[in-house]
Amino acid sequence: MAENRVPIGFPTKRPENAMAHGATAVSAGIHASFLVAQGGFTLDLDLDLPGRGVTAIFGHSGSGKTTLLRCLAGLAQPKTGRLCVNGEIWLDTANGVFMPTHKRPLGYVFQEASLFRHLTVTGNLRYGLNRVTPASRRVELSQAAELLGISHLLQRMPAGLSGGERQRVAIARALLTSPRLLLLDEPLASLDQKRKLEILPYLERLHDELDIPVLYVSHAPEEVARLADYLVLLDNGRAVASGPIADTLASLDLPIAMTDDASVVIQGIVASYDRTYEILTLHLPGGHASLRVVHAFLPAGKRMRIIVRARDVSLASSAQEQSSVLNVLPATVIEIAAAANPSQVMVRLDVEGTPLLSRITRYSHDHLQLGIGKRVWAQVKAVSLLT
Amino acid sequence: MPLTHADLEAIWLTIQLASLTTVLLLILGTPVAWWLARTRSRLKGPVGAVVALPLVLPPTVIGFYLLVVTGPNGYVGHLTQEMGWGVLPFTFAGLVVGSVLYSMPFVVQPLQNAFEAIGNRPLEAAATLRASPWDCFFSVVLPLARPGVVTAATLGFAHTVGEFGVVLMIGGNIPGKTRVVSVQIFDHVEAMEYVQAHWLAGGMVIFSFFVLLLLYSSRRTRTAYG
Repeated sequence: MAENRVPIGFPTKRPENAMAHGATAVSAGIHASFLVAQGGFTLDLDLDLPGRGVTAIFGHSGSGKTTLLRCLAGLAQPKTGRLCVNGEIWLDTANGVFMPTHKRPLGYVFQEASLFRHLTVTGNLRYGLNRVTPASRRVELSQAAELLGISHLLQRMPAGLSGGERQRVAIARALLTSPRLLLLDEPLASLDQKRKLEILPYLERLHDELDIPVLYVSHAPEEVARLADYLVLLDNGRAVASGPIADTLASLDLPIAMTDDASVVIQGIVASYDRTYEILTLHLPGGHASLRVVHAFLPAGKRMRIIVRARDVSLASSAQEQSSVLNVLPATVIEIAAAANPSQVMVRLDVEGTPLLSRITRYSHDHLQLGIGKRVWAQVKAVSLLT
Repeated sequence: MPLTHADLEAIWLTIQLASLTTVLLLILGTPVAWWLARTRSRLKGPVGAVVALPLVLPPTVIGFYLLVVTGPNGYVGHLTQEMGWGVLPFTFAGLVVGSVLYSMPFVVQPLQNAFEAIGNRPLEAAATLRASPWDCFFSVVLPLARPGVVTAATLGFAHTVGEFGVVLMIGGNIPGKTRVVSVQIFDHVEAMEYVQAHWLAGGMVIFSFFVLLLLYSSRRTRTAYG
């Protein structure tokens, strides 16, 4: 995994606020409103998305994720709709504007790589590259090949590549058109776990090195937590929620909190490293709380993305002096909701300004006499660090 | 020399006719096949059926209607006469028109199958890579459909070489103008010149065998590649 990266972090200014009232087309970001009716399914969306960073489109299959992406790409034509990408109007049914797909400066990666099988890897990469004017090229072929680790495959035919390699070629091919919007439709869905882990680091590099908005469709909470800055939650053709990932992931009223992988994403900063015990201390934003984790050395000041799963956080009414758990944090109960499993409850906590989720048994909930505002100790049994 | 001058003349005419017909069929058949492969129109069924008609109709039926329509009193006949081209029956041009119609399904159907097999995805991928529809057709569709194009051209050529009924009805039997190999064989047999008939007929068997052999073996290697 790349070690010398500087994550972009969350957009400091939320573009949807800038565009909320009487917005005109001039502002940065993506404004999309679509109404699509196909058979019994209706997609009815009105979204304002940030003009940079990774926006995850999350939802169950059939929630309209792919249809949304196809509308953005112009591969599907909504009955009524408007699409404005960084000030440029791509669709406006009210005024009869429809920019065909091949004129939209976007990159699209399909679920299956969809490489041209009559062309070599180089031929595939050049296909898009040759069709943009030299002046607007911002990515070199060798650069894209290196970024995605496919330099050694250039002379091969797609039929001879593994699924993971094909998908990386497809991503590089899309990048080489120097898109101003990158659309990824579950690029990992058709791959097994091993291949997924092979591609994820490349996607994280993209996230850090590209200065264009990326829309990433996924139904895997883990991928969303790893990659996204901003989250749109789709359910049955409607946007249930949309907002920065730290807020949306920790909301108990959203279906994502009901999954087994319910988790929060925290941006931490490396504070110190204990070489004796190989323990890294990270400061959490907004306060004095910190998390400790066994990890290789990282320099102080480095920003890290930390994932804490609800199932890894347990609660206690007092701080136990002796415990094998590294992280015991003072927390306040903000909200309590039923979990998917009726024997469990989901608790939303506040740790000095940082939201945390905890999934505990209903028995423990009653036993601890939990209530809104109660002070508790959150024992964090495991955290995942994303470089 | 077992082949007479008339035989050689017939062979040369057949090659000319089949080549011209194949070229015309590829030019005309490709858009028809593309439309049939892509359309969701209700006309797809009727148009597909009309294209396939020569597969089941006796050649005499096609020849008969061609004669009626392109003859001096037919609609097309009127038109060609007004244009100063005379009438089509019993000319090489008439032969070409008849052959194009008669061999149409042998070209359109392999093309249509090849286009359908490509599916939507490569076209969408090309569009997201900035290829206009025309660009995409030549840079993606045709290369991917190449086995189908080869099959279509081969079958179109071979089938035109092998036709007899339509040729006889619309072209007649004019040496050097409309007398192709199949008609020449018929003449030899009528005249009891069995040795001459054998040379031409045997040649046709060998020619057709090798064309099909080439086609089927190339198809097998392509399947292995794709």
